[in-house]
Amino acid sequence: MNKRLNIVLALLIAASLVLSACGASGPAECTDDLGCVEYGPDDPIRIASALVITGANAELGLDSQHGVEIAIDMRGPVAGHSVELQAEDDGCNAEGGQAAGQKIVSDPSIVAVVGTSCSGAGVPMSKVISDAGYVMVSPSNTAPSLTDPNEAWNPGYLRTAHNDKVQGAAIAQFAHDELGLTTAAAIHDGDPYTEGLANVFRESFEGMGGTVVAFTAVSKGDTDMRPVLTAVAASEGGAPEFLFFPVFTAECAFLAKQSKEVAGLENTVIAAADGCVSDAAAEAIGDAGEGMYFSGPDLSFSGDTYVTFKEKYNTLFGSDPISVFHAHAFDATNMIFDCIEQVGVSSDDGSLSVGRQAMRSCLYATSGFQGITGTLTCDQYGDCADPKISVSQLQGGEYVRIWP
Amino acid sequence: MQRRLQNINYLDVVLWLIRVAIIVFVLWGTIATLRENPYSSRNWIDFIVLGIAQGSMYALIAIGYTLVYGVLFMINFAHGEFFMSGIMTATVFIAGPLDASGYMNKHPILSLLLILLVAMLTSVGVALLTERVAYRPLRKAPRLVPLITAIGASFFLQYTFRGLYGSEVKPFPVINILSGKIPFLGTEILRSQMVVIVVTIFMLIGLYLFIMRSKTGKAIRAVAEDKDVAALMGIDVDRTIAITFALGASMAGAAGVLYALVFRQVHFFMGFLPGLKAFTAAVLGGIGSIPGAAIGGLFLGIFESVGPPLFLDGLNVPAYHQLKDVITFTLLVLILIFRPQGILGERLGEKKA
Repeated sequence: MNKRLNIVLALLIAASLVLSACGASGPAECTDDLGCVEYGPDDPIRIASALVITGANAELGLDSQHGVEIAIDMRGPVAGHSVELQAEDDGCNAEGGQAAGQKIVSDPSIVAVVGTSCSGAGVPMSKVISDAGYVMVSPSNTAPSLTDPNEAWNPGYLRTAHNDKVQGAAIAQFAHDELGLTTAAAIHDGDPYTEGLANVFRESFEGMGGTVVAFTAVSKGDTDMRPVLTAVAASEGGAPEFLFFPVFTAECAFLAKQSKEVAGLENTVIAAADGCVSDAAAEAIGDAGEGMYFSGPDLSFSGDTYVTFKEKYNTLFGSDPISVFHAHAFDATNMIFDCIEQVGVSSDDGSLSVGRQAMRSCLYATSGFQGITGTLTCDQYGDCADPKISVSQLQGGEYVRIWP
Repeated sequence: MQRRLQNINYLDVVLWLIRVAIIVFVLWGTIATLRENPYSSRNWIDFIVLGIAQGSMYALIAIGYTLVYGVLFMINFAHGEFFMSGIMTATVFIAGPLDASGYMNKHPILSLLLILLVAMLTSVGVALLTERVAYRPLRKAPRLVPLITAIGASFFLQYTFRGLYGSEVKPFPVINILSGKIPFLGTEILRSQMVVIVVTIFMLIGLYLFIMRSKTGKAIRAVAEDKDVAALMGIDVDRTIAITFALGASMAGAAGVLYALVFRQVHFFMGFLPGLKAFTAAVLGGIGSIPGAAIGGLFLGIFESVGPPLFLDGLNVPAYHQLKDVITFTLLVLILIFRPQGILGERLGEKKA
């Protein structure tokens, strides 16, 4: 009796397994090497963002996230589906990038990622995302190592932000040729972005015939910068004429304020980079930053799209863009949408299947893409930007573009 | 002889080797730096003064850890948040508006006193509330429970204040009479740092006298000695513990104002690292001892400032300022190896713990 019941049960289970297996195989057979993302007829397409949206650098990430949201809003349906954004926080550090990456790859309905904000978060996340077969496009990572195959490059990583090889060379050229200064010092905070940029600056400045008298670092979270500034002022080659510290808001503000108070640095020209360009940063630096220089992507965009974009930004978020990488995020999102439309396979019932490898190949093949930030063409390691760097100066609490 | 050799534990040998290695390393670095001598004596005085100013803040915060540990044997990890809450509130509601209206530079002393008062009162309020809600119900619980609660309270307070005031870095206004430098020992020091050092000295002396001379101070010492007996002597233990928290928090509130004067920006996360450093300072000086907390704070501040250039510059370590925490915490380990009770601490195990 018991035995017979067992057999019946076993048969039932086997039958249900076979039936459910039949049900799972969709109408379009997925042949993609990395698998496919399947959306039902009424499912929204899901993309994720992983930007710094809390903490001292929140404006940097929120600004980019607004760019993504505007792109979704202005684009309307993609391949006949609405788009849903899953917003994660990269925390602007390696742990945050790792955590956000793990969370994203555990969700099979996410087709692509816009992120990260900080290069420090980008390094681990690029690995996590790539290993899982996903793809990410960063609107604001600028560290050279991220697209260097000998360092932190991974096959699922692209970016619409400039590579700091360009920015470091530009600020060095500005200091050496435009301001006519011959000695400089650079301070970074160990983050791949800041260290990479400071390194490129040093190489370029020395390449132009200048002398870098000090190259040192602080730690994230440091408040008392006077010891390191005192050491810079006492360097062997004398106090530098130009001091470049491409660090983030809090440390940048501390360095800007305290450099004026250190003996020997009173007449040193100080400069920071795009990690310290936001309304909040200008407010945090205050009067001490009057006349200070900032390098960053050239935001004097032209074109009708940017006009519409800014209007949308004002309607949705009640202000002009608050930081630098909103347009890069907008372009990154639209690159992703273009590729979904190119490689997505729609079925008669309206369901959509997007191959992950196809998605990657399509993004890497982006060429002549007309975005707000320029004409984007991706190289074989995911550098897609059309980089234009400008230098602005803080005048009365406003960033005023002065060069080139 | 052979028996004595057998008694030597391998672990002891390894520990001794580590100690010797650290000391050799430090001496080697120091000698190398002094031989090259890239810094003038004026630089060294600068480093030391910077260290004393930073250390004064650690000392004031460390007092809170030590006081609470003294009465409850509990590490109050939310103490850094008491420090943050006071100055954040004072910056947003007092310093910002006063500066915008121009009152700050017309009546700087009055404005500063008002900022100090608001910061201290807010810190005390937050501390009393935390003590009542999060710690008092757990007084009879095992020791680990309040410790974990304190960590939770710390996060809760951080994110509450982030919710209240926003996550951006807020500037603290420049006060004209405190900007600029004054001559001191052949160099110049910032007026704000001078204020920090002077105010800290007065507050520490005041606190010491309060604990040692006043009736409430006596009650605090009695509760620290033995809660049950103190209760039998007619001391209201709960009230005394609340007063202890308030005292520690008022010191932290004052430290917050000094921090803002020197660094001129505040942020919801600003309490975390100084809190951790001040805890280290309290342990370094001997937790439970008030002079110990003061000395531990100064020691830590000076080592953070002088240590990296003195020990590492001569060894040609690149970007050695990043390693200042390594130096300070190595120092902590060294001191605790040689003196587990801290510089001025009493031996645990006799009457406490």
